Amino acid sequence: MSNSQKQHKEEVRLMKGNEAIAHAAIRCGCDGYFGYPITPQSEILETLVELEPWKTTGMVVLQAESETASINMVYGAAGCGKKAMTSSSSPGVSLMQEGISYMVGAELPGVIVNVMRGGPGLGTIQPSQADYFQTVKGGGHGDYKMITLAPASVQEMADFTVLAFDLAFKYRNPTMVLADGIIGQMMEKVVLPPFQPRWTEEEIRKNTPWATLGKQKNSKPNVITSLELRSEEMEKINLRLQSRYREMEKNEVRYEEIMCEDAEYIIVAFGTTARVSQKAVELARAEGIKAGLLRPITLFPYPSEILMSYTSRIKGILTVEMSAGQMVEDVKLSVCGKVPVEFYGRMGGIVPSPNEVLDALKEKLIK
Amino acid sequence: MNVTDIINPSNLVYDKTSVMNDTPMHYCPGCSHGVVHKLIAEIIEEMDIQDKTIGIAPVGCAVFAYKYLDIDWQQAAHGRAPALATAIKRLLPDRYVFTYQGDGDLAAIGTAETIHACNRGENIAIIFINNGIYGMTGGQMAPTTLEGMKSSTSPHGREIPLNGYPLNITNLLAQMDGTCYVTRQAVHTVASVRKCKKAIQKAFENSMQNKGTSVVEIVSTCNSGWKMTPDESNKWMVENMFPEYPMGDLKNI
Repeated sequence: MSNSQKQHKEEVRLMKGNEAIAHAAIRCGCDGYFGYPITPQSEILETLVELEPWKTTGMVVLQAESETASINMVYGAAGCGKKAMTSSSSPGVSLMQEGISYMVGAELPGVIVNVMRGGPGLGTIQPSQADYFQTVKGGGHGDYKMITLAPASVQEMADFTVLAFDLAFKYRNPTMVLADGIIGQMMEKVVLPPFQPRWTEEEIRKNTPWATLGKQKNSKPNVITSLELRSEEMEKINLRLQSRYREMEKNEVRYEEIMCEDAEYIIVAFGTTARVSQKAVELARAEGIKAGLLRPITLFPYPSEILMSYTSRIKGILTVEMSAGQMVEDVKLSVCGKVPVEFYGRMGGIVPSPNEVLDALKEKLIK
Repeated sequence: MNVTDIINPSNLVYDKTSVMNDTPMHYCPGCSHGVVHKLIAEIIEEMDIQDKTIGIAPVGCAVFAYKYLDIDWQQAAHGRAPALATAIKRLLPDRYVFTYQGDGDLAAIGTAETIHACNRGENIAIIFINNGIYGMTGGQMAPTTLEGMKSSTSPHGREIPLNGYPLNITNLLAQMDGTCYVTRQAVHTVASVRKCKKAIQKAFENSMQNKGTSVVEIVSTCNSGWKMTPDESNKWMVENMFPEYPMGDLKNI
């Protein structure tokens, strides 16, 4: 088979990251999308309504009255064992925090996409990574964690939408896809995932026996709730959730290493800043500086062990983010002070250039 | 005739509906919730839809509604029940989906979800308990608290310049094109209980006829929050609540 034939078979398409999410959702058997427009991610809802999946797969797509309603629609759908998702950008995701906490408390799977923009407040529509704390440290109330996937390409926007559903149902916990405005808006080649049929009601009853589909004869009613007033019972629920997060830490750490084998300096960056930093690593290598890039793909669970493993042979780490420095705290926690950890970041929707990153590497670590 | 003869099943004249279980209720004696729960349970049994019904419990006194009726339930965040119901009904159109909400849940924090679910004409039944007070949290002012009515956050009585007017949200919902049946009922007399049951049943039936949203407001008492006996509460409700929230159908298409 020639290369072009193979590509045709794999359906290589050129599209925006946001569009790729919409296509991937339909293809992976998503049952319902509920969302509210906000820049820079409105193409997800727009693409879905354009594609009218209710006529093909039966997927429900609904523009809600707010992000608050959207996440609660996801809660309702997920409570019925349905694959449901929403998407928004930073201010809208702030509004969803209550619902995310409730979903965790009620042990409901679901997918939330945050295409981050600059804040605080209404901020800017330009890209940012300043929702890291909100996402991985728990933006809503109570002790909880969510697996957080950080795509760095349009391909990963599609792939992680599918993966996020798998992980959400594996752990009965919402999963976040944490992208930024660049990844959402940029166009790249993408191979869309294969079509999977939506679960039938029989499959839902089998896969999610807790789902509220209507009480079956001779069985107890199913109740979706996060309420438990007895302290001892509530602590037991918390302990169960915590053990689930430990399982995630054991099984779900994902990262990409680029030129790390012989590196003396490691740049740690995710999403768009990882793309920029990869170029900075190439520029550094051209100057004879042995630099490498570690790109965390899961922000929770964090790839701490691989970072720690570098500390015996590297001279320092530069963390690059489009924020005032958030992930850098996890980098510092990972290496326990064994090597210097420096930070370079831009805010307000500014994307750092590879040369800026290279200069920061030299100034802060090499001198 | 001895005791065994008397309890012979053939002499049975009344039985509790099987949809309602024996869990002791947390509701205060005299509260309207228990009666409304029983009506919903009876309707579900009589319509034979126990396996096709999904209820949405609110935050408020009825947060534990799921403990008493043996159907599948979801418990919503405060005010968000209509959002949950929207998604459930759209994904499972052959199920009976209803929300059970108090005045704080439906008419304060959940106003947006209520109005937009009704505006979209979601094929759900909304059961709205209006007793003009926040019962669960200890008797605070509700959006439906009457002018001059005392609560723990309006200890000198609701003052319009300070707190605004009692919100007659049911009148608002009746004007929306998405609603098909909007009615105001009560459960303080035998006759009113019978009428209320018919109204709730109609709301459930409507939800399968693709007609839009049905809203049944039940003007209720909260004798603990109102600091009255159940009997006094019923009289006070008739004299004070009914003029502001008059009984009867506001819309019936």
